[in-house]
Amino acid sequence: MSDVSVDANHSSAADNQPQDNTRRRFLTVATSVVGGVGVVGAAVPFIASWNPSAKAKAAGADIEADISKIEPGQLIRVMWRSKPVWIVRRTPEVLAELATHEDRLKDPNSENEQQPGFAQNRYRSLKEEYLVLVGICTHLGCSPRYLSDGAFAEVVEGVPNGFFCPCHGSKFDMAGRVFESVPAPLNLVVPPYYFIDDNTILIGSEEGAA
Amino acid sequence: MKRWMMFLACWMPSLLWASSGEVHLDTAHYDLTDKASLQRGARLFNNYCLGCHQMQYQRYQRAFQDLGIPDALGQENLQFTGEKVSDHITNTMPSESAAKWFGAQPPDLTLVARVRGADWIYTYLRSFYVDPNRPFGVNNKVFKDVGMPHVLQELQGVPYEATEEMMVDGEMVERHVGIKTDGAGAMSPEEYDAAVLDLVNYLEYTGEPSRLEAESIGRWAIIFVLVLFVFVYLLKKEYWRDVH
Amino acid sequence: MWKNLLDWIEYRIPMMRVANMHAIQYPAPRNMNLWYVFGFLATVVLINQIVTGVWLTMNFEPSSERAFASVEYIMRDIDYGWLLRYMHSTGASAFFIVVYLHMFRGMIYGSYQKPRELLWLFGMFIYLALMAEAFMGYVLPWGQMSYWGAQVIVSLFGAIPGIGPDLVIWIQGDYVISGATLNRFFALHVIALPLVLVILVFLHIVALHEVGSNNPDGVEVKRKKGSLTEDEKTSFKMHEYYTNKYDIIDDVVPFFPHIVLKDLVAFCVFLLGFCYVLFFNPEMWGKFLEHPNFEIANPLKTPEHIFPVWYFTPFYAILKAVPDKLLGVTAMFAAIIMLALLPWIDRGKVKSWRYRCGLHKWNLLVFAGVFIFLGYLGGTPQENWKITASQILTVMYFGFFGLLWLYSKNENTKPVPARITK
Repeated sequence: MSDVSVDANHSSAADNQPQDNTRRRFLTVATSVVGGVGVVGAAVPFIASWNPSAKAKAAGADIEADISKIEPGQLIRVMWRSKPVWIVRRTPEVLAELATHEDRLKDPNSENEQQPGFAQNRYRSLKEEYLVLVGICTHLGCSPRYLSDGAFAEVVEGVPNGFFCPCHGSKFDMAGRVFESVPAPLNLVVPPYYFIDDNTILIGSEEGAA
Repeated sequence: MKRWMMFLACWMPSLLWASSGEVHLDTAHYDLTDKASLQRGARLFNNYCLGCHQMQYQRYQRAFQDLGIPDALGQENLQFTGEKVSDHITNTMPSESAAKWFGAQPPDLTLVARVRGADWIYTYLRSFYVDPNRPFGVNNKVFKDVGMPHVLQELQGVPYEATEEMMVDGEMVERHVGIKTDGAGAMSPEEYDAAVLDLVNYLEYTGEPSRLEAESIGRWAIIFVLVLFVFVYLLKKEYWRDVH
Repeated sequence: MWKNLLDWIEYRIPMMRVANMHAIQYPAPRNMNLWYVFGFLATVVLINQIVTGVWLTMNFEPSSERAFASVEYIMRDIDYGWLLRYMHSTGASAFFIVVYLHMFRGMIYGSYQKPRELLWLFGMFIYLALMAEAFMGYVLPWGQMSYWGAQVIVSLFGAIPGIGPDLVIWIQGDYVISGATLNRFFALHVIALPLVLVILVFLHIVALHEVGSNNPDGVEVKRKKGSLTEDEKTSFKMHEYYTNKYDIIDDVVPFFPHIVLKDLVAFCVFLLGFCYVLFFNPEMWGKFLEHPNFEIANPLKTPEHIFPVWYFTPFYAILKAVPDKLLGVTAMFAAIIMLALLPWIDRGKVKSWRYRCGLHKWNLLVFAGVFIFLGYLGGTPQENWKITASQILTVMYFGFFGLLWLYSKNENTKPVPARITK
């Protein structure tokens, strides 16, 4: 409608007199701008109401997990934002084996942003002993299986422990790093977390970020 | 003139009583911007009311935020049964036993200020009086035969109905002149009224937590509409100039 | 580039032609006064209701267990949810305010008279659909008034002889108002009735543009082709759809920008009032949102006083004024039907009250007063004097139509000017 020139439609006697077109144009632009601001302002509540509600935020809030009872080599699962999060207590042998197969990994140095800054290291963790991962395959969202005590060697030769996705056969090592020639493109995600004390871990925020 | 005024002054209360058939309600001068009052009100509610009445549509966290209480502090002082800070303000009283104890399930109080009005609650909580005929030993001037004990009695003291003899139309009649207490409560009458006002303030807040935000946005909205009006009006004038 | 795109579209669908015909080069009488803004405002409110309604539907849960809680969830947990909800609830009342004023405008200027009978009828259908829409919408928050209001209104159908009781059960989908009722009202409220409303509004506007707008003088601006000299014709460019059929007299302005700007001025004033209610007084002292409706529906506890929302109260008063249930319901529906029959009850030839007899002016003003007073009586607690009063007013309500029918036949009118005055 804006390109319809109204003055062009108008051919009354008044047209013959000099029209104060500057004033008319100024007022049209000014009113349109103010009106536009109003439309934008009125749109704010409609857009903002699509944000996660207080209920969704409460459901997605940080969680605390007790790690005092995890045996060496054991994996526990906790739910965070409706996703499984694994906490694995790695033994010194498992930590030692991480260095042995890095030539077979897609992203051994965690260059893709699948982890908070603190976890961009070989162990992909804050404390070497504890591995915290979102247990969802980066391929199509299945939850991989934890194969330990040599069971993983059946799928990757010479690597005794790791994660194997039953859906499409993606393989990850004990730092969640993905192996070559599998469908999953990226390492498993490390969520933000920190240790409240020696026995408790908080998943959802980095220390000091809350 | 003076006599006429006196006449009115004497009769007005009874006229009002007769016409509305309801108890006169005191005005509750609550103030939603008074965070200290709201915090005291929240404390009173959670200590005295929450045992029976839920506030199931309101979250602790929202109230803490709006009242300026840090989560940890609120959790420590205002949450008693180990709920999460994001939980709704509920109690664990099973509804069947509630109905058995009180005759009916105690109503949820999230929105009570919007149902009853602040004045009603303010007057109601100050209108309990001893009545041995009632199961809980108290009755209420505003809500006759209410099935609720006077939970704030330890603050107010034992209230009883005060009457005095009065000459009306040449006859001596007993008239209700208000509620007096035995003075054994933890608070003076003024303190008690102030405490009830805090509670009313808090209930008024929980009835509509968005009230203050609405008013602050509303002021800008109205200023904006006034500006828009000026421009639209001038533009309209401009186009209609040649028509008239 | 822009022009090419528009041409490309225009070749395939008559976008600009329709816009020109109905929204830009539509000839509107230049003397349309303040009374003529309410149609525009009603359209704006309709859009507001549809948009906010869609957004509320995103979080509302239509079940008897969750409806009340989900409204409070919208009010507390959704960002700006309270604003969306109040826009919708305030909009509902605003809708009726502008529609009642719009209807009264039609009455004082005779906008229902020939050739605008069908236009008026479409308007009445919109009004009926709006009442159904508003009633069902009021049930959705599932508060005490939602529940008991629904109970009262639905039981009105029980007055129909024979099938009444079965009909009530069928409407409720249960032996009482229940979750099933809530669910079907929800479906009707969010889909079926809005669709009907939009179609009716479309027809209302098409019918309006076919016959042309009336005006406070009741003088037609469209004259017989060839009856006007070039000087007498409007100098504004009007769409050929109108100029091909008629000569348009020089008493008109184009809808855009003249009428649109006038409507926008009114819109700003309307917005002031709307914002006041929306932000500062959404309950409007219990009239727009009734206090008992903040308490969840309880089939075992009847509220002390049950009132419909204010916009239904005039008819509710008529219902209560008649001691017999069936007759009461009949009277209530008759009150609406009488309005729809106005074009045939009024036998006058002069449209505007400016040129009709003095009695007509008084009749209209008294009618407006009666309507408002009935609204007051229907919306406040029952008292003895009110029963008598509402009976007298009910008679006066119908008396308006009777009187009109009588005096309009041989009415003593003033001469209608040949051209629009002022």
